[in-house]
Amino acid sequence: MAAISVNGLTKTFGKSNKALNGVDFEIGHGEMVALIGASGSGKSTLIRLIAGLIEADRKSGPCCIDVLGQTVQSGGRVDRAASRVRPDIGVIFQQFNLVDRLSVLSNVMVGTLGRISRWRGYFGIFTRAERLMAMQALDRVGIAPTARQRASTLSGGQQQRAAIARALVQQSKVMLADEPIASLDPASSKRVMETLKTINEEDGITVVVSLHQVDYAVRYCPRTIALRDGQKIYDGPSSALTPEFLHELYGSSSDELILGSATSVSGAGKTRDRDDDHEAARAARPPARTPELAVATA
Amino acid sequence: MTQLAAHPRTVELPKSDVKRTTGKLVMWALVAIALMLSWEGADMRPMALYNDAANMASFIDGFFPPDFYDWPTVAREMVITLQIAIWGTALSILCSIPFGILSSENMVPWWVWQPVRRLMDAFRAINEIVFAMLFVVAVGLGPFAGVLALWIHTTGVLAKLFSEAVEAIDPHPVEGIKSTGADKIQQIIFGVIPQVMPLWISYSLYRFESNVRSATVLGIVGAGGIGMILWEQIRGFNYAGTAATMIVIVVSVTLIDIVSQRLRKMVT
Repeated sequence: MAAISVNGLTKTFGKSNKALNGVDFEIGHGEMVALIGASGSGKSTLIRLIAGLIEADRKSGPCCIDVLGQTVQSGGRVDRAASRVRPDIGVIFQQFNLVDRLSVLSNVMVGTLGRISRWRGYFGIFTRAERLMAMQALDRVGIAPTARQRASTLSGGQQQRAAIARALVQQSKVMLADEPIASLDPASSKRVMETLKTINEEDGITVVVSLHQVDYAVRYCPRTIALRDGQKIYDGPSSALTPEFLHELYGSSSDELILGSATSVSGAGKTRDRDDDHEAARAARPPARTPELAVATA
Repeated sequence: MTQLAAHPRTVELPKSDVKRTTGKLVMWALVAIALMLSWEGADMRPMALYNDAANMASFIDGFFPPDFYDWPTVAREMVITLQIAIWGTALSILCSIPFGILSSENMVPWWVWQPVRRLMDAFRAINEIVFAMLFVVAVGLGPFAGVLALWIHTTGVLAKLFSEAVEAIDPHPVEGIKSTGADKIQQIIFGVIPQVMPLWISYSLYRFESNVRSATVLGIVGAGGIGMILWEQIRGFNYAGTAATMIVIVVSVTLIDIVSQRLRKMVT
């Protein structure tokens, strides 16, 4: 039994905007898989479909998403039993999706809602054991001292780690991370990826993480699934993803995926559209200021 | 000649936009037409102010000096007025929470928010005084009729304001809570309410202020409070007493407004 199995998944937005087109794959227990692709390639849609947050196309045939042997959705309808499997799926979002005005601890306690009795949830009555578990989760991701602060007072990286703590308290067996590091600085990105890696290795939690920077995939995930225009174009070891191979897969848009990677500068050998302004600005600066800039970007 | 020294070129003014200018003219013309058409119906007789000036002077003269002959009764009734406002507002806040959520487009399907909103429109469309008259018949003379009247009308107002706050929330945190397996009500309690709380508190305080003002006239139709005294004094041509009662109302309402405004600033 696979941890996640996706069959013939198609999702259309509006009339003809195919976000995903006939995607299938299986992910085994305890794997850590990267999902790469340029923006608009369908990564987020795929993760939200697996989490059962949105529905696949109605008449897309026998399309089906199973997580841990339970059906999340099939034939374009979120399964009735999906609410039972949902606590087993932790989701981590690009924008963290914490409730700003609640304390960090309360945000993490939310992770228990899927498991405790309905009425206890309504009144926010949590046991001492549950609170301690939340504190442990916060300690694990390294932000226990912030427990009493409002979530909004945390830095982006800390908020993302709080979101991971919430998923840990949820005791999910599968963790889906949708661009978890896209709005973080490099140092925070590294901490978040390392936290994900640790829980994958120590707890055997299956992790699927969508990224748009291949170097993170290569460094942290043994396996990568690559999407382009809603279709799976590669599924295999991340180590095979050399800049040359990426260029083969994505053509000129491969540059978007290897931005920020040290190897890309020499490897891709192409003009980088999104960085043009930056480059121009750098060229326009007086030479004396360049070292300062280098320090700032390092 | 005014010219920026360092800027060598002369720059022409941008061409005036004909479309916008005519648009403005049409708008002002419409306002003028509306005012003219309403002149007759509103029985506008500005000369009456001048012709009856002597009458008015003696009328106003009757108000001075204000006569606080029965101040303990006036004070007691003012307190009752406040108490009517407190209960009317409290009950309507309680009802506006579910009604507000049930009339938010982003929380429930259209076949729920449509009828709930129309019901709230009806609550809001009818003035407190009208409800007060009805409730006086239903539950008898006295402050309870006033509480019920404020309750219904304010629920209509607050539910609309509450739902506007709910419709403006950030959906991401709610999605985050949904993803943990929380049910719809838990998503609202943990994801929606914390986001709208400051606005809800602010709106509620504001409605409390308005309700104190509204409660001062409920007594006129027998629904309790200081309005009753006011009505009796005016009918008895006791203008000195009326002036005293009005001063009590002005001072209390102003105090409440100031305190409530302070509180509202604190929460938002």
